[in-house]
Amino acid sequence: MKRFPFDWLALPLVGLIAVGLLWVISCSTWAPNLPSPVKTWEMSRPYIVEPFAKRGELDQGVLRFTWYSLILVSKGYFIAILIGTPLGFLLGSSKTLTMMFDPIIQFLKPVSPLAWLPLGLVLFGKSEPAALFTIALCSMWPTVVNTAVGVRAVPQDYLNVARVLKLSKFKTLTKVLFPATLPYMFTGFRLSLGIAWLVIVACEMLIGTPGVGGFLWQEYNSLIYEHIILCILTIGCVGFILDRLMGIVERRFAAA
Amino acid sequence: MLTDSNYLEIWNLTKSFPTPKGPATVVKGFQLNVARGEFVSLIGHSGCGKSTVLSMIAGLSEPTSGGIILAGREIDGAGPDRGVVFQAPCLLPWMTAFDNVLLGVQQVKPDASRAEQGDIVKHYLELVGLADAIHKRPAELSGGMRQRVGIARAFALSPKMLLLDEPFGMLDALTRLELQEVLLEVWSQHQMTAVMVTHDVDEAVLLSDRVVMMTNGPEAQVGEIVKVPFARPRDRIHLMETTAYEDVRDELLSFLEERAHIKPSIPTTDEDARPAPAAGSTVSC
Repeated sequence: MKRFPFDWLALPLVGLIAVGLLWVISCSTWAPNLPSPVKTWEMSRPYIVEPFAKRGELDQGVLRFTWYSLILVSKGYFIAILIGTPLGFLLGSSKTLTMMFDPIIQFLKPVSPLAWLPLGLVLFGKSEPAALFTIALCSMWPTVVNTAVGVRAVPQDYLNVARVLKLSKFKTLTKVLFPATLPYMFTGFRLSLGIAWLVIVACEMLIGTPGVGGFLWQEYNSLIYEHIILCILTIGCVGFILDRLMGIVERRFAAA
Repeated sequence: MLTDSNYLEIWNLTKSFPTPKGPATVVKGFQLNVARGEFVSLIGHSGCGKSTVLSMIAGLSEPTSGGIILAGREIDGAGPDRGVVFQAPCLLPWMTAFDNVLLGVQQVKPDASRAEQGDIVKHYLELVGLADAIHKRPAELSGGMRQRVGIARAFALSPKMLLLDEPFGMLDALTRLELQEVLLEVWSQHQMTAVMVTHDVDEAVLLSDRVVMMTNGPEAQVGEIVKVPFARPRDRIHLMETTAYEDVRDELLSFLEERAHIKPSIPTTDEDARPAPAAGSTVSC
């Protein structure tokens, strides 16, 4: 591809304008219910200009909603990491366990959050634990799989050092296996976070707690379609930022 | 009975690996006694099984039959009483040179105070000439410096013996000469029993008291043993000018060129000599 000055800025802008045009054309032709960009901005203004305002339980600034969602996500995500990492270590270090549980993992991985949530409600009765259950269960798998792959990929060299020095099981784990697996673990953590954020919206929609997803569903029911677009853009932004942040952390550990 | 002449006793050592075509015997009936404080080199063509022998002494691989007795005790698995210098330095990349050596020192001196352990680590790193790089990570060190850390780690264990698996094989020629000097220097201060695998004839002559030449595999065993009679401390330049050096060197080279592939006349009981792949397992650290 031919490069030109500021192409890193110009090309994405061209893409953005193209999609914007498609949006404008769509809402004035085949999709009359789709709010136009201008209308979306007008309706969303109070939510963006006062991002932390709280006017009512389901009428709050967009960043406030995001904050609620982030808190719920991080709770579920930490449960996922706390369970997923040791699980990955176990699966990575034992062929028997891998053969036992790998089929089940492959089989559970593609199950949609919408399927887990009712089960969570049945199991825990309340909406928040059910949401956490769903987030944790859906987002755990990349951490489990990547950690297991990382443990299997620890060079024999390092393990021989541990054997020659006769390191205890615990020391082998903390001084050799764990640091050697860290880069893989962080790839898993990043992918897991992406899924956790994906799942939150589905959870909030069904449970109706305040947050970006809950707001989205409520505004759909109130026929304020502009806010659906506002929520979609917010979710996309936050997901993008989270992925980038985790990417930075991941690279730091990969380089170490 | 343990005497100084059989500090390390390798007795009828045999190693077979299972292959789809039946077991491949890499080493067969390897016999060797090493005296306390002696430096012995194993030399032979690549793939002849010399590294396999070393990895069995290190306890990283189990002999199929035969045994290895070190200081009156049969070897059972790997342990820090044998300091191993691997071909690749095998440092843990997330630790500094200091921490890499410390990891071993903590294993052999668990009751020493943190400061005492640190002093030992510093002493050995200074000994190999790394006083200025103590707190650097392997990624910041050159290949030669990394192998210096590997040497320091082995010596810092104060092991019963030292095992070196082509320790300078991955270094460039100049660095190799430099590190041979370092090894010679550190070794002469400790007079530690040592077995080194190498295919560098000059390296073997410079460092060893005896050079054990192995026959080609499969079923490799001790071919001939050459004594290296030079007084220590040795000086490379001075040594290379003597005719005695030439003689020893020629003897080794002629074995490797002519006699290595001829089986010595030790009777073998195994009748079905299968053609086995010459792949020996190396001590990859």
